[in-house]
Amino acid sequence: MRVSCRVNGEPVEVDDVWEGESLLYVLRERMGLPGSKNACEQGECGSCAVYLDNEVVCSCLVAAGQAIGREVRTVEGLAEGEQLHPVQQAFLDAGAVQCGFCTPGLLVTTHDLLERDPAPSDLQIREALAGNLCRCTGYEKIMDAVHLVIEQKAGATDA
Amino acid sequence: MDFLQPTSWAEALEMKAADPEAIPIAGGTDVMVEINFDHRRPRSLMDLTRIEEVRGWEREGSRIVIGSGLTYRRVIDEIAGTLPALVMASRTVGSPQIRNRGTIGGNLGAASPAGDTHPALLAGDAVVEIESVRGLRQVGIDDFYLGVKRNCLAPDELIRSIVLDSDAGPAYFAKVGTRNAMVIAVCSFSLGLHPRTGRVRTGIGSAAPTPRRAHAAEEFLFEELTDLWHSRADLDRSLVQEFGRLAAAGASPIDDVRGTAGYRTHSLAVLARRTLGWAWADYQRGANSDRAEDVN
Repeated sequence: MRVSCRVNGEPVEVDDVWEGESLLYVLRERMGLPGSKNACEQGECGSCAVYLDNEVVCSCLVAAGQAIGREVRTVEGLAEGEQLHPVQQAFLDAGAVQCGFCTPGLLVTTHDLLERDPAPSDLQIREALAGNLCRCTGYEKIMDAVHLVIEQKAGATDA
Repeated sequence: MDFLQPTSWAEALEMKAADPEAIPIAGGTDVMVEINFDHRRPRSLMDLTRIEEVRGWEREGSRIVIGSGLTYRRVIDEIAGTLPALVMASRTVGSPQIRNRGTIGGNLGAASPAGDTHPALLAGDAVVEIESVRGLRQVGIDDFYLGVKRNCLAPDELIRSIVLDSDAGPAYFAKVGTRNAMVIAVCSFSLGLHPRTGRVRTGIGSAAPTPRRAHAAEEFLFEELTDLWHSRADLDRSLVQEFGRLAAAGASPIDDVRGTAGYRTHSLAVLARRTLGWAWADYQRGANSDRAEDVN
């Protein structure tokens, strides 16, 4: 099966895709985009989160053919060239990255949360990130990183 | 493996008739897990996500017609306040990522005894519209579930929509799990007041081979509430206790990794008492599940 879609703004086409493959597999193994991580393969951990037509989904649960003609945005598509996205920079600055395996999914999910709501409450942050598991940080540093982005955004708006 | 991509409902029905073994896939939250783990190798998959006709919902008077491809996310965003129990149940599904993809029709198609929306659909007296090239039929939710992960669909049929009455009355859903997200229910319970018919309907989840109603508990309330619908008086503590006992007795739970039968029976009685208390308080105030926004 041929799968053609737009990934991070660019048209991409790959051939010989097995119909039972997930979007995650196609991204990692056929499109050279290993940022999205393969962990649970059952939608439990969130480490494969990507945008599919502007909605965050677990790419392990999207059949490759379901992505045909759609717009995909992965963690690789957040930065502008060498310039990290503010969410990525905040995760680094706050120490929200340890082993790093959950980080791509958390970045995409946090990016989505803050696009829809620039000033979420702690409860809303925890709810929005509830589908992304992290085994290292205990989540406190991740909360700090999200707060850091919110404060920076608020500061930029005030200035 | 074939990958079928119908873009209209009529085309989907034709394809399903021609290839009855095709496995429908929408959010992929069940089907893709089975394929990823090599538990299932379907000969063909039929992607339902491109069929706009079943991706939305509409209001026809007090009837709400929910397309089988409507995601939990849209149920929560768009139907909140109208079908309170279904919205509460949808909020408890998986995580934001899962709710962005998973659909009501998928929950019914999988027919897991632990599916979150089933109790709310039972309590809401839903009608499932099932279609094939042979025609459309309407199945009451009571007749939909046949066994563990088995429903009444014929091989050539697809679930088109789910119909509920938005004016039925206050309704609630409650679920027991180990955390607030990514939880398969240990058990769940939904209750809907139907003042016009003097009936209370219930739905039990994760505590029997199929989602099911607690009939004896419903009959008990039908008798006990006869005069109370008009007076809207407080419910006696003993009445609520007995309802909880009968609701739990309506289940046939097993011990499994998520909980013991004993714990399920105990917690179902608690959930039944609570949901009855909440719904009756709304009814006394003349409200339609005021707390729907707060209960999670």
